[in-house]
Amino acid sequence: MTLELSLNQQPAHTRQGSSIGQPLTRRDGFLKVTGAARYAADNHPSGMLYAVLAVSSIARGRVAALDVEAAKAHKGVVEVMTPRNRPALAADPDAKDHPFMFRLDLLQNEEVRYPNQTIAVVIAETLEAATEGAALLSPRYEALPARVGLDDAESFVPRGVGVGNPAVQHKGDVEAGLKSAKTRIEATYETPAQYHNAMEPHAIVAAWDGDKLSIDTPSQGLAMAQGRISGLFGIAPQNIHIRSPFLGGGFGSKGMISGPQVLGVLAARLVGRPVKLVLRREQMYGPVGHRAPTRQTLRMGMDGEGRLTAIHHHAKTASSTFDDFFEPAADASHTLYASPAITTSHEAVRLDTGTPLFMRAPGEATGSIALESAIDEAAHACGMDPLEFRLRNYAEVEPMTGKPFSSKALRECYSQAAKAFGWASRPLQPRLMRDADGFLTGWGVGTATFPAIMFQAEARAVLKADGSGLMETGAQDMGQGAWTAFAQIAADGLGLDIDQVDFRAGSSDLPNAGIAGGSGHTATAGMAIHNAGAAVIARLADLATGNEASPLFGADNEGVVARGGRLYRRDDENRSESYAEILTRAGLTEIEGHGKGAPDAASQETYAKHAHGAVFAEVKVDPDFGQIRVTRLVGAFAAGRVINPRLVRSQYYGGMIWGVSFALHEEAITDRRSGRIQNANLAEYHVPVNADVPSVEAILIHEDDPYVNALGIKGVGEIGIIGTAGAVANAVWHATGVRPRRFPIRIEDLLG
Amino acid sequence: MTKIPVHLDINGTHHHLELEPRVTLLDALRDRLGLTGTKKGCDHGQCGACTVHVDGERVLACLTLAAQTEGRTITTIEGLAREGELHPVQAAFLEQDAFQCGYCTPGQIMSAVACIREGHAGSDEEIREYMAGNLCRCGAYPHIVAAVRQAALEVAS
Ligand code: FES
Ligand code: FES
Repeated sequence: MTLELSLNQQPAHTRQGSSIGQPLTRRDGFLKVTGAARYAADNHPSGMLYAVLAVSSIARGRVAALDVEAAKAHKGVVEVMTPRNRPALAADPDAKDHPFMFRLDLLQNEEVRYPNQTIAVVIAETLEAATEGAALLSPRYEALPARVGLDDAESFVPRGVGVGNPAVQHKGDVEAGLKSAKTRIEATYETPAQYHNAMEPHAIVAAWDGDKLSIDTPSQGLAMAQGRISGLFGIAPQNIHIRSPFLGGGFGSKGMISGPQVLGVLAARLVGRPVKLVLRREQMYGPVGHRAPTRQTLRMGMDGEGRLTAIHHHAKTASSTFDDFFEPAADASHTLYASPAITTSHEAVRLDTGTPLFMRAPGEATGSIALESAIDEAAHACGMDPLEFRLRNYAEVEPMTGKPFSSKALRECYSQAAKAFGWASRPLQPRLMRDADGFLTGWGVGTATFPAIMFQAEARAVLKADGSGLMETGAQDMGQGAWTAFAQIAADGLGLDIDQVDFRAGSSDLPNAGIAGGSGHTATAGMAIHNAGAAVIARLADLATGNEASPLFGADNEGVVARGGRLYRRDDENRSESYAEILTRAGLTEIEGHGKGAPDAASQETYAKHAHGAVFAEVKVDPDFGQIRVTRLVGAFAAGRVINPRLVRSQYYGGMIWGVSFALHEEAITDRRSGRIQNANLAEYHVPVNADVPSVEAILIHEDDPYVNALGIKGVGEIGIIGTAGAVANAVWHATGVRPRRFPIRIEDLLG
Repeated sequence: MTKIPVHLDINGTHHHLELEPRVTLLDALRDRLGLTGTKKGCDHGQCGACTVHVDGERVLACLTLAAQTEGRTITTIEGLAREGELHPVQAAFLEQDAFQCGYCTPGQIMSAVACIREGHAGSDEEIREYMAGNLCRCGAYPHIVAAVRQAALEVAS
């Protein structure tokens, strides 16, 4: 038996289910409710200085002058970093060796290519002095006209969208399908630029010791961050230690190390002392990514029975002038509804903004609100109930590829959520329901789907002679509950009680856990943990079954089962031995095993793997003033095996609230003259507050999926937002009879 | 900038600081006193992450100069638990999973303690309204309401 079990193989001697599936409270919860959880900006090494960014107030042009002397003259200011004195880098920050290496603004020159780009860094003894110093720089600019809207630049077809999908994809003949249709609809929807706005601003505390670098910074991908810094500074990755035990939210904006974080490292190098750099809230609207605006046109044809004959989903989006990320909005139409002909296509323009990036459900969220609105319009055009229409066009195989689904409990989601919501009594026509106070009431539905993605991860497991276990992987917890869910998987993988397992994560000196993104972290790092546990148990079993003194002697390695810190003979459970006894007899203080998590290529070829869900929304609209309130949300989701239902429910709620926000709240507004974002703060960039959120219910639908991975995990981080946004928009239509075609929905769109 | 003496009573401990008048209570707590449980989300009074109690009332520490609180009594998240025993609101947040990333949580908990004390936790609707000044980007609101409801009952009994 090899030490590393092959992937996706259910190890015979580990027992599942004692910790997995339990609704444990968060293991990091005590630290978080007492204020003891240490986030990056809470660190304060001795001798530390404070760095504050000065950022551009123009969108395009160059910095002509900075009053560095005035800043330096301010008491407490130690140094001002500009393109003139910024320490040299080993690599060009504008180099792009692969598609996921994003260009960074690291004071390489005086050029300004978006608002809120860093133009200098002021380093001082106190935060107050650094802040004042940055204000004293009083920059002068040579400004050029900014390109801010989707019609302000020449459009082109990008080489790839999202993670490199083709910009245009076809199946069947859409034009023929539309021609043969009995009913057709065409509609265009607009979605705005959105900013992640994690509650924790990007922060870094960096300290150099010769050529060794120590960093505290929030990261959704420690190994990638380490690699990027290694390349930029020309030092070995193992000389860079990054700690990220807790992220104050990420949502994609902390997936790749951002320019300001690297500037913190540069500042520390320049002054030869530890430096803390924390973005101000308004500085998060530029250098740390955003969701690009889209304009999407959907054309659909239906036959006499309401079956789709064609879907054409076209999306126009924007990237920055200097880098490539194209929101794959139209790809949302690949998975959901059966149609003999589907075309998805994208075009893009380049604007004077920071580079857009992955933001919670990139492409899926933007594409879904348009698709779900259009499906609703199509149902209405056919005179059908929107749920019945969705069921009529239920995809039994993945529409674009024809592959069977590894599992798909969407019917169950529809029926359970519809029942809990009370959908059956919904009138077909809009504007027919009023509540006791005379408010227009509407009900809408949206379907959710999100791919079950896996990346690459590694883990190391140790069993000790005192009977305890250790599991290590550099996993990242941005709130999804990694500290808890992975400890649960580790406990089962090691056949131990969870309190006997020391689980370590959140640090770059641990095995690479891959990225916390794409809703794939639990599956990927979870499988690495599971396999590492299996590997170390296999070694332990070898020690026991090969030793005459053991009651397990002679058992086949597969013939033992691990449970509660003991190995048992599978065929005779009266014969067992504790881990401690086995190791002590062997004279070992500990043994270790390693495991990997990765997608299984063979099943990838054969199956389409997605999580699914259905969301029902109720809204109430003031008939005179058009004010919209969401009053009820019910979602049902099927996403494979649930490791911890308490945490999963929180993930669904959070996603659904993001869906409400997409439909009704969020929008970054750019001033056409200056190119600046006018509402770059948390008062004017609206996100839901407690009073905006109604009663929310999430139903967890049981789903066994033997193909996604041995643990059966799909992923729950992003699916909640999908479907919800469309459900809210469709409920607004049902309440008012006005079809929202731009988001967020504005009061003025409902009046008149 | 000349420093001025400031005396603060924080979580039952007396502190004497020499501060520039421009230092906020939030930065004094975090940078000078090592009380980093109180968080900065916006520094503009827009998010509630920095909520602390001054003489028992909820206050945004980022909008308060440290010097303004001369001689006053301040409670931060670190001062809520007594001898390792969680405050009922902290316990309820833990049990109801009323947070994800935890970054807004100290502010939410300080607000919730005051919200209950103010008598504004009578119904879910009232809780939502009186907790609306504390943003949670993770969207933990339904569980925050449940936690405040649970803690309010416990405090009342
Ligand atoms: S940090 Fe004080 S309200 Fe946001
Ligand atoms: S728990 Fe993350 S912001 Fe509230």
